[in-house]
Amino acid sequence: MRQIVRLAGALALVGLFTSACSGASDLGDSSGKPLSGQTLEVAAVWSGVEQANFKAVLDAFSAKTGATVKYTSGGNELPALINSRLAGGAPPDVALISQPGVVAQLVKQGAIKELTGEAAGAISANFSPAWKQLGEIDGKLYGVYFKVANKSVIWYRTDRFSDAGVQPPTTWEELNKVSKTLVDGGITPMAVPGADGWPLTDWFENVYLRVGGSDNYDKLSKHLIPWTDPTVVQSLQILKDYWGTPKVIQGGRSGAVQLTFTQSIADVFGEKPQSAMLFEGDFVGSEITKLGKVKVGDRAKFFNWPSINGSKPAVVTAGDQAVAFKDTPASRALIAFLAGPEAAKVMAAKGGYMSANKNLDMSAYPDDTTRQLAQAVVKADLLRFDLSDLTPQSFGGGTTADMWKLLQAHLSDAASDPAALAHKLEEAAKKAYGSK
Amino acid sequence: MQGRASDRLRDGRLIVLLFLGPAMVVLLALVAYPIVNTVWLSLFSSDGSQFVGLGNYNEMFTAPDTRRAILNNTIWVIVAPAVVTSIGLVCAVLTERVRLGTAFKAVLFMPMAISFLAAGVTFRLVYDENPERGVLNAVVVGAHDAFAPPSVYYGMSSRPESDLSAVDGAFLTPEVNAGTPVLIPLVGLPFERLPSDARPASAVPARGLTGTVWLDFLRGGGGTAGVIDPTETGLPGVRVSAIKEGEVIATTTTDANGRFAFPQLSSGGYRIRLDEANFTPPFAGATWLGPTLVTPSIIVAYIWIWAGFAMVLIAAGLASIPREALEAARIDGAGEWQVFRHVTVPLVRPVLIVVLVTMMINVLKIFDLVLVLAPDSSQDEANVIALEMYRVSFGGDLNFGLGSALGVLLFLLVLPAMLFNIRRLRREHT
Repeated sequence: MRQIVRLAGALALVGLFTSACSGASDLGDSSGKPLSGQTLEVAAVWSGVEQANFKAVLDAFSAKTGATVKYTSGGNELPALINSRLAGGAPPDVALISQPGVVAQLVKQGAIKELTGEAAGAISANFSPAWKQLGEIDGKLYGVYFKVANKSVIWYRTDRFSDAGVQPPTTWEELNKVSKTLVDGGITPMAVPGADGWPLTDWFENVYLRVGGSDNYDKLSKHLIPWTDPTVVQSLQILKDYWGTPKVIQGGRSGAVQLTFTQSIADVFGEKPQSAMLFEGDFVGSEITKLGKVKVGDRAKFFNWPSINGSKPAVVTAGDQAVAFKDTPASRALIAFLAGPEAAKVMAAKGGYMSANKNLDMSAYPDDTTRQLAQAVVKADLLRFDLSDLTPQSFGGGTTADMWKLLQAHLSDAASDPAALAHKLEEAAKKAYGSK
Repeated sequence: MQGRASDRLRDGRLIVLLFLGPAMVVLLALVAYPIVNTVWLSLFSSDGSQFVGLGNYNEMFTAPDTRRAILNNTIWVIVAPAVVTSIGLVCAVLTERVRLGTAFKAVLFMPMAISFLAAGVTFRLVYDENPERGVLNAVVVGAHDAFAPPSVYYGMSSRPESDLSAVDGAFLTPEVNAGTPVLIPLVGLPFERLPSDARPASAVPARGLTGTVWLDFLRGGGGTAGVIDPTETGLPGVRVSAIKEGEVIATTTTDANGRFAFPQLSSGGYRIRLDEANFTPPFAGATWLGPTLVTPSIIVAYIWIWAGFAMVLIAAGLASIPREALEAARIDGAGEWQVFRHVTVPLVRPVLIVVLVTMMINVLKIFDLVLVLAPDSSQDEANVIALEMYRVSFGGDLNFGLGSALGVLLFLLVLPAMLFNIRRLRREHT
């Protein structure tokens, strides 16, 4: 009996907690505006500082329209949250989803509504055709990228580079040369965080976009060409050659697969740098700032991913796509607002955010580094979405995903054969795409 | 009269129903239904749309991932409960004897206050491969270096275009003659490790066989490879051997400018060797969370958490055994080991079995510690059934059929231990 009382107490506590949470999430309420009295719910992955920044955007929307907006944070489990809410018949009005694969699946189920009216108009007015296209499925518009990431930059320690007397490379040959000079100078050139699988998929994607070109990249992401394609094998060979050069990667092959991404940031941008370079997206910048040992733009800078065999500037990107689960005036208005420069400006001023909105004034960004990163995204000749995010989840999106595991094996095993690896990738892809 | 009796009976039943009802509903909804539903789901394909019979069970025992998980679970069940119970027993017996026993017990019990998650994160740090972060490797490397310290110049190499050849960790020049200084450029020394007594390199001709070993890399870049540039530094204290016809005929060390000289050697045809001892790399420690050591490492963390718990339970059992038995044994001339082996252990055996069985159930469903401690890259090698269940169900495949089958397997494995515990409890009560 006592246990039941305790259970009841615990339940009451949970109830209190959740109601307190949702209470705190209610935002402004004013009347006399077009949407006053209406309530919207938005779900996204952000929590903490990012949540607070995004709430400022939602506040601006409330102030403008009078609608009350409730924010729900789904964290990394956002797709699971949306699925369960859909199953319960009460999805959020709008959600910002980072996996295009999940969006495609939800569109197929009919859960995500096509964007029409003012929402579609705002997207056409503010985004380049390339970016608008990323929100389309089978020619119909379903989403808009509110936040984007530039995953084609390599961060480096300026003090390490000047110790060795090298300049940021622009071509793959130069990168090899810079790495070699750093090794001669007693500096480990590159940290490759292989304990996590996803940074390795980003390595592959950047090489592949440059080696295979945009057409092959698109085909590979839809599995229209096999993974045994010569361009894939060539890309894997390039990775093998670079990772396998003696002393180039921190801790060697076995050390690299023990290095987590979080740790690698501390290793490269901490007090005692263990390596000179770290490849990952623009978000490394805010991690460096959070760590607080060196300043971004001072001792921590970035260069764009070097061109391979004369490839043109290309950017692998990722982002959070705003989609609507309800076709109501309020959700359309919110999507249109998120697609506009006003919302992007509010969020950009807070830092740690980039927009692909072509009408956003670059001066909205708080510092030069973010501005350069954003410029690379807006101006890239070649822009492609993160390939692993486009593949089925069991192939490209999780700790047990085959692409992650196979690339980890490629990193750790000196004897790894690119052709054999491509064959294994193809086997896994067949299984994953077949079961879809 | 009879009517009243049946009324009373009906009342009694009603009251029983009233009291048991809620508990029954809770049990049915939260225990019985999930068990039945799991078994049901395990007979269907990944999304629950297709009946596959025992297909999932077949896949479970043939897929290498799950086989590895089952093997690992077996290792866990054999090793962890036995070790936890033994350590608990030894500590319990010892703490009974020492003066600060209670304090000692409190310290040993402390890990129980920490969640598995937090303990996992802590041990991830302990096991870190880099000796600068990982406590364990720091100790191992420290102990190793106390006996065999690394050399100053480890990790250095020659430029590929130079004519030095690397042989078994040493560097060897081609044949050289006395009279002209021999230039031996090396690269790859971090500036922080440059000895403080190093001076700018120079090559001054002198009598006999001479030469210079220097760091052929200018801080900030520039300089010409293979040439001593004005500010490049010599490498002091390098052991240099002169070799003729395969025999070491003289040995010396370089000075602050990196110069060495063999005044007694005047002819030609020598080869200069920079000895291997100059370049002994530091001991790197072990990769505790690598593919080979990951499961033992996690088991050690588990033992750290649970040994205190086992000790407290066993100590409680020890406190209740009759002192006379121990004293009688001692008076009869039994040694401490004999008392422990033939009196103490048999008397606390019931408690030992409780601890052992509890640990077995606990170990069978081990999950969080493995998930947190094993890096993604060695998760396959550290896999256990519960983790595999999570991985196939939620890790990307969303294969709830196979996940449920694994759940059923786990349930069946835990069942004997549960039945054993229930039976024993019942016997105790009668």
